[in-house]
Amino acid sequence: MSAGWLVAIVLGIGVLAYFFSAQRARAQRDQVDRAKEVPHSLPLYHGWFAFLLSTLPAIIVLVVLSAVSSGLIEGRIRAEAGTHIPDPAAASLQVGIIHNAAEALARLGLTGTGVPSTYAALRDAASAAGISLADSGEDYMLPLAAGVNEEAALHRLLIQGLALLLSVAGAVFAYSRIRIRLRARNEVERIVLWSLIGASTVAILTTVGIVLSMLGETIHFFSEVNPLNFFFGTVWDPRFAAAGSGGSEGQFGLIPLLAGTLYIALVSMLFAVPVGLMAAVYMGEYASPRIRSTVKPLLELLAGIPTIVYGIFAVVTLGPFFRDLSAALAGGFAFIQAQSVFTAGIVMGVMLIPVVSSLSDDVITAVPRAMRDGSLALGATRSETIRKVILPAALPGIVGALLLTASRAIGETMIVVLAAGVAARLSINPFEAMTTITVKIVNQLTGDLEFNSPQTLVAFALGLTLFVITLGMNVYALYIVRKYREQYE
Amino acid sequence: MTTEAFATGPAAAPTPNAPPKMQGEKVCVFYGDKQALFDVDLKIEPFSVTSLIGPSGCGKSTFLRSLNRMNDTIDGCRVAGRISLDDDDIYDPSIDVVELRARVGMVFQKPNPFPKSIYENVAYGPRIHGIARNKADMDEIVHSSLRRAGLWNEVKDRLTEPGTGLSGGQQQRLCIARAIATRPEVLLMDEPCSALDPIATAVIEELIDELRENFTIVIVTHSMQQAARVSQKTAFFHLGKLIEEGRTEDIFTNPRNKQTQDYITGRIG
Repeated sequence: MSAGWLVAIVLGIGVLAYFFSAQRARAQRDQVDRAKEVPHSLPLYHGWFAFLLSTLPAIIVLVVLSAVSSGLIEGRIRAEAGTHIPDPAAASLQVGIIHNAAEALARLGLTGTGVPSTYAALRDAASAAGISLADSGEDYMLPLAAGVNEEAALHRLLIQGLALLLSVAGAVFAYSRIRIRLRARNEVERIVLWSLIGASTVAILTTVGIVLSMLGETIHFFSEVNPLNFFFGTVWDPRFAAAGSGGSEGQFGLIPLLAGTLYIALVSMLFAVPVGLMAAVYMGEYASPRIRSTVKPLLELLAGIPTIVYGIFAVVTLGPFFRDLSAALAGGFAFIQAQSVFTAGIVMGVMLIPVVSSLSDDVITAVPRAMRDGSLALGATRSETIRKVILPAALPGIVGALLLTASRAIGETMIVVLAAGVAARLSINPFEAMTTITVKIVNQLTGDLEFNSPQTLVAFALGLTLFVITLGMNVYALYIVRKYREQYE
Repeated sequence: MTTEAFATGPAAAPTPNAPPKMQGEKVCVFYGDKQALFDVDLKIEPFSVTSLIGPSGCGKSTFLRSLNRMNDTIDGCRVAGRISLDDDDIYDPSIDVVELRARVGMVFQKPNPFPKSIYENVAYGPRIHGIARNKADMDEIVHSSLRRAGLWNEVKDRLTEPGTGLSGGQQQRLCIARAIATRPEVLLMDEPCSALDPIATAVIEELIDELRENFTIVIVTHSMQQAARVSQKTAFFHLGKLIEEGRTEDIFTNPRNKQTQDYITGRIG
């Protein structure tokens, strides 16, 4: 029985539990003498309580135990593959092949004596059924794959049996507990509360998971490359070693990448902040409601454009345009390269304008109307009011908004991949190509790679560094924004 | 700009025959399609306190705000009829609204000090209008405005602290100091005491009575006692119409109109 069917059955039990429990509660309600006893919850809540009790534990058990089971099986495959192939790097390839073989066996319905004796035989049978397998499988894998399949089937049976049992038990328990004074309403409330808490922790737990997985690989990287060389090295030259030759050849200096990242972010902010702020001031203070209701969504539409589109625009249109323009200005010598810090910064700035203006607009409109009125009533003009009262009052919030924007600029990938170039060098000329951390992560991870050499592992170190930088900025931005909020409440 | 208002302070009692400082003739105000004021005719006597009373939504605040064109900041608001300041139509296209508001200052219902220091709050208007010639001049304006607003003794040692840190009553007096630092001729007050406790209210009422020496004051209030205590003239609004106006003691002791009588005795509103 597949997990999908099981879930459907559990839900079916839940629905039955709902109707019977609601029915029973209704019957009790009709019989009770209301002068003596007041029913606590509506039949609806008794029904919901039974539904939740008969479905939630069963489904949770199903998911959790399935995860445990697949972990156990993975461990078994690794252990046995390890006894055949001592080299861990090669073993991880074999593990993948064993997985595929097991899956092919399962799909062909081959168990016990039906399992072919050689890998080649399995591969032929599989390809006849339209399943393709790798060439490099070995015969020892077959009994292992078959054994794994059997173990998995046993696990599945146990788990599904347990889930069904839990579901029925939950339904019966909830049904039997129905009393006039049972606080089913409060119980449902509590379950709702816990599910809400669960939903809100998903993102947080995922973030923790991301950090942990990156941290593991980063530590792996630093065991091969000295952290000092990484953080303070000024040369980025991660020569790809031939597969298997190993060794940490190449230099992994973060500085040129960090400099490029910050430089491009700076150029984009220099462009986006004044434009975005002025747009926000116009929308918040001058625009009539009709214009505002048209312009603001239009501007926010810009934020919805995929950044790769901006990148294409930069590389196809704006980059050549700036190059030709500079050639025309300087009499033939194009001092702006087609891929440059300048081009990437401007295009990223365009992308950031709606972010700046939308966040700042929220902050500006949050300044109480009384401030505006107070200033206008003293005979100040609108722009005096904005400069002397509104912007100072909104400043902390605007700074917070700008920090959030800056962390977007630093983490931005697709625009710089296309528009900034890949040359990792230190330069102060904004018209030359530089590269960023994100570009190098993409470079190092593009292709079919095993994560076992410093050349690929460096991507995790870079990613974690980027994560720490943007996280720090976001935390600081939130701190500032929150501090500002307290002022008017 | 009447700089002599500060220096000499013509404390002349309102004479019945003096020309009105401000005058509304057939004033109608619309918010979009909705008419909020209907043909209001009202004279504001110079150097006296005029109070506007009436139940909520009767248009008294609307009338007050149209006296310095603060209604302009509300979308869809339109004013018809004529409102004049010293016989100049303030809605005439030749009038600079910024200058008008410097001459007709306003204090709001809720104290709204800027998130700046006490000193900067008061110096805001003079700075914008270039009233002070130098730092000493500005100090003098700030100090005398705070003194006139009865706040000097409480804040003289902490002029650099934020104005938002004061108590509600102090904030409102700071706003009054801020308004008079610009040296307006008319001071509009929109329920200036409604957010304050009785003690702070008493302080402000006393202040209003003193300010009458130098300024023409129009005050909107919900408190009949306050109107009776501080004003020389009272106008009663109801449903967007001016029902009755006259000397305060006449309105309160001997109202001609039945509606006025009902309101001041607490039967409507």
